[in-house]
Amino acid sequence: MSVRSTLPRSEVGAQSPHPDRPPRVGEGNLTDVSSRVGEGNPVDAAQTAEGSSTQPAARRSRAARRRRLTIYALRVLFAVVWLGSWEVTTRLNWVDPFFVGQPSGVVLRLWTWITEGTALGPLWLQAAVTMQEAVLGFLVGSLLGVVFGILLGRIDLLAEVLSPFIKAANAIPRVVLGSLFAIMFGLSLSGKAATAVVLVFFVVFFNAFQGVREVDRNLVANARILGANNRRLTTEIIIPSALSWILASLHISFGLAIVGAVVGELFGATAGLGQLIYNAGHTFDVNGVFAGMFLLAVLALIAEGLISALENRLIKWRPSRVSGEIPI
Amino acid sequence: MAGPAIELRGVTKRFATPKGGNYTALRDLTLEVGPGEFCAVVGPTGCGKSTTLALISGLELASAGEVSVEGRPVKGIADGVGYVFQSDAVFPWKTVLENVAAGPRYHGVSGAEARARARDWISRVGLAGFEDRYPHQLSGGMRKRVGLAQSLINGPRILLMDEPFSALDVQTRTLMENELLSLWSSTSASVVFVTHDLEEAIALADRIVLLTAGPGTVKGTYTVDLSRPRNVAEIRFQPRFAQIYEAIWSQLRDEVLVSYERQKHAAAV
Repeated sequence: MSVRSTLPRSEVGAQSPHPDRPPRVGEGNLTDVSSRVGEGNPVDAAQTAEGSSTQPAARRSRAARRRRLTIYALRVLFAVVWLGSWEVTTRLNWVDPFFVGQPSGVVLRLWTWITEGTALGPLWLQAAVTMQEAVLGFLVGSLLGVVFGILLGRIDLLAEVLSPFIKAANAIPRVVLGSLFAIMFGLSLSGKAATAVVLVFFVVFFNAFQGVREVDRNLVANARILGANNRRLTTEIIIPSALSWILASLHISFGLAIVGAVVGELFGATAGLGQLIYNAGHTFDVNGVFAGMFLLAVLALIAEGLISALENRLIKWRPSRVSGEIPI
Repeated sequence: MAGPAIELRGVTKRFATPKGGNYTALRDLTLEVGPGEFCAVVGPTGCGKSTTLALISGLELASAGEVSVEGRPVKGIADGVGYVFQSDAVFPWKTVLENVAAGPRYHGVSGAEARARARDWISRVGLAGFEDRYPHQLSGGMRKRVGLAQSLINGPRILLMDEPFSALDVQTRTLMENELLSLWSSTSASVVFVTHDLEEAIALADRIVLLTAGPGTVKGTYTVDLSRPRNVAEIRFQPRFAQIYEAIWSQLRDEVLVSYERQKHAAAV
């Protein structure tokens, strides 16, 4: 399991400094192949061909397909029951749609936003503004987090001197800094990005730091015997080894960057999805709030997909995932 | 001849325990390894075998006594020392080629030259065709070959091996032992080979040093006068092999029992 499932995106002040371990290097070797199903990877195919009979393999892959279809069907069922009961109870006025909204109302609100634009201007512009703030905050925050994490991980004195300050900074609810940044930067983009930076920094920092500390001592000893100097040791052993920790933290930190951007917009902005949600809330437009949330979720999921693609590119040396892991 | 390749004189090594106490791994250990000699160090679990290698390599420094390699006192990691680790120590994010080429590159050899030398060593350990694989795509035995090539490419004059084959199955192990002997015979390296397996020690070594249960010190030294080249799979059937085995085992058994009793006691407390 990776970090992202242990930390809810919405809980801003509660990042754990000790996330679960990322998948370990070399744990998923050939012995795991038998438990991997239907991914069509070459090892799997070779393994199947070696078997004395192909029939059980075919049966197994059929069973796997059936299981996958069942899971998709159950997911659709879940969505239908959830949204359906929401729609029906509000239509029958068992629950007042004024307070809880209504799925059809949310879809209608989205449609008006798309076709006629929002009170703040075209919808794509709001999304673009928020994404710009989030991406900027994410890039700056993770870069700082990685650099400081590796520095403190490598230099004991620095880590010991700074640790109480970092703990203190991590303990304060950093979203409130958004109000400070609103004063410092005004209504500009940088204020929102700065809020995102302070949220992203600590998650990435703690993971990079822990990643450096957890480097296999055998690998370090081997590199030193082979003649690596300190610089080589850092670039060729420490950083690649910490990379799986750092990448695991990037998954949650983009969600946090969006939280930072939206919270920043709540403290004062002229455009953006956060501002859109804020306006909807103030005009008692519950469907508008849900529509804004839906858009944010879509954007976060797209970003998550991009980060996963980056992760697979960067750690291609790692054995592929085994079936026991559920990608949440 | 300028004397022994490796010399440990009255060496003691203490480690600080987390509780603030001291743990003595080695006590007053004296050991010499001649140039080009294959020396096996045998002893029960926890007798400080691995610590001995760490001291020779310079990964650890002695608490008391003198450690010198090629006449020079060990003050840190020195050139000309190779180390094959017990567990996998190949770099998982590097391909086989990059792993083997790492040593020369760390010593400032150009990329192209390092790769050419690495290819040569990869074929010498029988891994030609696997240059672009990552370690997780190899079997345990193949990863050991990578580790061996990685150490030998630096042309070590001292080769330290810490139970390198203990994680392998018996057949692969015999194969690897034979290959180690043929690779070693083409070099002039002095070898210190740590193992808990007495058969492996006799099959490979010129001389066997038996350590006592921890804190380790030398209990006895035995010369293995079996002719070379040896075939590890067959040498075990020679009567002389059995005689040597018997002589060392009668001594080793007592130490194993001491170590076993201690572990039982520690588990009970």
